Amino acid sequence: MIRLDDVGHAYGDRTVLRDVSLRLTEARVGVIGANGSGKSTFARLLNGLVVPTTGRVTVDGLDTRTKGREIRRRVGFCFTNPDAQIVLPTVAEDVAFSLRRSGLSRAEIAAKVTDTLRRFDLSDFADASAHLLSGGQKQLLALAAILIMEPSILVCDEPTTLLDLRNASMVSELLASLPQRVVLVTHHLHLLDGFDRVLVFDQGRVVCDAAPSTAIDHYRRLMR
Amino acid sequence: MSALGVYLPGDSPLHRAPAGAKLLGLTLAEAGAVLLPGPWSVGAALAVVAGLYAFARVPFRVAWAQTRPILLIALLVGGFQMFGAGVDRALVVAGQLVLSVSLAGLVTLTTRSADLLDVIERGCRPLRFVGVDGARVALVLALAIRAVPVVAALTQEVREAQRARGVTGGLTAFAVPLLVRTLRYADNLGEALAARGVDD
Ligand SMILES: Nc1ncnc2c1ncn2[C@@H]1O[C@H](COP(=O)(O)OP(=O)(O)OP(=O)(O)O)[C@@H](O)[C@H]1O
Ligand SMILES: [Mg+2]
Repeated sequence: MIRLDDVGHAYGDRTVLRDVSLRLTEARVGVIGANGSGKSTFARLLNGLVVPTTGRVTVDGLDTRTKGREIRRRVGFCFTNPDAQIVLPTVAEDVAFSLRRSGLSRAEIAAKVTDTLRRFDLSDFADASAHLLSGGQKQLLALAAILIMEPSILVCDEPTTLLDLRNASMVSELLASLPQRVVLVTHHLHLLDGFDRVLVFDQGRVVCDAAPSTAIDHYRRLMR
Repeated sequence: MSALGVYLPGDSPLHRAPAGAKLLGLTLAEAGAVLLPGPWSVGAALAVVAGLYAFARVPFRVAWAQTRPILLIALLVGGFQMFGAGVDRALVVAGQLVLSVSLAGLVTLTTRSADLLDVIERGCRPLRFVGVDGARVALVLALAIRAVPVVAALTQEVREAQRARGVTGGLTAFAVPLLVRTLRYADNLGEALAARGVDD
C-alpha cells in the first residue's frame, strides 16, 4: 500500500503540492489535472524520485526518505519520453540492463530477457538498435525493461502523450492487461475507463477523489 | 540501416571471438598503425582491414556508412598536411585516421555492446584503487553510444521546426534550441536511470 501523510512539496520557495493525504490500495488509480497542477511531482513522490519537503510517503511501510532503493525495486516508473528511458544501444541489452544487479547468472538473465521480449512482441528486434523501433515499440521496450524487475506497482507519467493513436492504444492495452497495480497520470481521459479511482489535481491539491465518471466531470467543470 | 558503432548480428569468426581478445587486438593494431612508415604500408593495412570487414560479412552499405564520416575528416586533415608536410606525410596521416576509426568500427560492429562493457568493466578493476568505478565507465560509454541516434533525431527535429517557421538564422538560432533539447533529454535520462536503480 502507498500512503501519503500531510504531504507537501516545494521547489525552492515555490510550493507545488500541499496537504495531500491518501492511501492508495486500488488496482487502477488515475491522476488527472491541468498542466502544472502537480501530477508529475506527485507521481515522482511515489517511488522516491522526489522526496517530500513536508509530511511523508510510505510504500508497504517503507519511508521513501530512507528506503528509496527498496521502494524503487517495488515501484516501477514509466516516463513520457520513450527515448530517454532506453539507456543501452540495443533492445535486448536494454532489457537485460535492469537485471545487472539481480544476482542471476548470464544464462538465467538471457532466458528471462527472451521471455520478456516475446511477451512484449519485441523478439524480432532483440539485436536491433533501439532507435529503429517505432515510438510505441520504444514505449513497450521501456515497459519491458521495468516489468522484468517484477515490481508490484507501476507508476506511469503520461506514457501515451507522445504517441500516435495506434501506438497509444498498443501501450494502453498492455497497461490494462498487467497484473500489477497501476497509477496512471494522463491527459487521455478515455484511458481511465474501468479504473477504480481517479484523483483530480488543481494547483497542488487533490480537489476530487472519486470514481472515473465523477472525477472526469469535476475536471471538465474546472477547465471551463 | 545500422547506426554508427552499433552491433550487427552475425556468426562470423570475428563475431564469435571473445570481446577481450578483440579489444586487445584493437589496441595493438592501433598502436601498430601509428608506427607504419609510409603510404604503401598504410595502404596495405587499409586493404587488410577491408578484407577483415568482408571476412566478418559486414554488408558494403554498413561499412560505408561507418567509414564515410571519417573519410571527410581525413580529407580535411590530409589537405592541411599536404601544405605543411608534403604529399607522403598527408597520405600517411589521413590513412592512419581512416585505419584506426575503421578498426574500432569493426570491433563495435562484431561485438555486442554488453560484452564490450563487461570487458571494460573487468579491465578497469585494477583501477578501482585510484577511485575508478569500472561499471560506471562502461555505463557512460554505453550511454554515449545510445545518445548518438537520439541527438541526431533532435538535430533533425530542430531543423524541421525552423524550416516550418521559415527561420533561416545563423548558428545560434540552430544551436540554442538543440542545446535546450539535448539538456532536457539528459535530464529525463538521469531520472530514468535513477528509477532503474542506477544510483542505489
Ligand atoms: N524540477 C523542478 N524545479 C522547479 N520547478 C518545478 C520542477 N518540476 C516541476 N516544477 C514546477 O512545479 C509545478 C508542478 O509541476 P508538475 O510537473 O508536477 O505538473 P504536472 O501536473 O505534471 O503538469 P503537466 O500536465 O504539464 O505535466 C509546475 O509549476 C512546474 O513548473
Ligand atoms: Mg507532468
